[in-house]
Amino acid sequence: PFSKHVLTEDIVHREVTPDHKLLSRRLLTKTNRMPRWAERFFPANVAHSVYILEDSIVDPKNRTMTTFTWNINHARLMVVEERCEYRVNPENSNWTEVKREAWVSSSLFGVSRAIQEFGLARFKSNVTKSTKGFEYVLARMQGEAPSKTLVETAKEATEKAKETALAATEKAKDLASKAATKKKQYV
Amino acid sequence: NSVGEACTELKREYDQCFNRWFAEKFLKGDSAGDPCGQLFKRYQLCVQKAIKEKDIPIEGLEFMGPSKGKTENSS
Repeated sequence: PFSKHVLTEDIVHREVTPDHKLLSRRLLTKTNRMPRWAERFFPANVAHSVYILEDSIVDPKNRTMTTFTWNINHARLMVVEERCEYRVNPENSNWTEVKREAWVSSSLFGVSRAIQEFGLARFKSNVTKSTKGFEYVLARMQGEAPSKTLVETAKEATEKAKETALAATEKAKDLASKAATKKKQYV
Repeated sequence: NSVGEACTELKREYDQCFNRWFAEKFLKGDSAGDPCGQLFKRYQLCVQKAIKEKDIPIEGLEFMGPSKGKTENSS
């Protein structure tokens, strides 16, 4: 009665290992209920239910069961992983105890990091341009021959800026793809 | 219910067989025999087809997921 949000359940793999363990993979579909603000931000995700896989190992000899559950779609938005270990309570053999761990992560966190890194890199290259321009104007005002013509200076600055921006974009891409594994909330 | 609507009946039949075998045989240490093999095959044929049709990405995923580090900083 507590699982109206679970729409379907299917076994998609099952095997018994030589050492008498039961391995199973279950595919579940669940409703995708998002808060209203999230529906506005991620309209593409609203229409699709969530597909979830649950892998499990049942070991009747050791009387343990381990499950690992995670979503396989909407993954770019958020991934929730849960791992449970069920075993006999060492103090009371009539009890089963479970150790539950969960990880919640979003690669969108990586996007904000990438935006910051890009903005910073572009700022740095713009500062170089404006500083050089300022020095140029000062030199002209003080009657010195500027060390380079305006055109050459600007060209150099643009080349440098392009390189920096390219390096920043690569770094940002790299960070964005790594961020999903790096920044997680652990419970 | 099965993700493949047409498979729900096959699924129910297999589930019944599996639950019996699981409680009466597997948990008691008896792994000989596979009385549900045929039912499983029929059910799988149906459900794997439905999964392909719906483009559900269940391929190439490591069993039990990648191993997680034991110590994590909670944030």
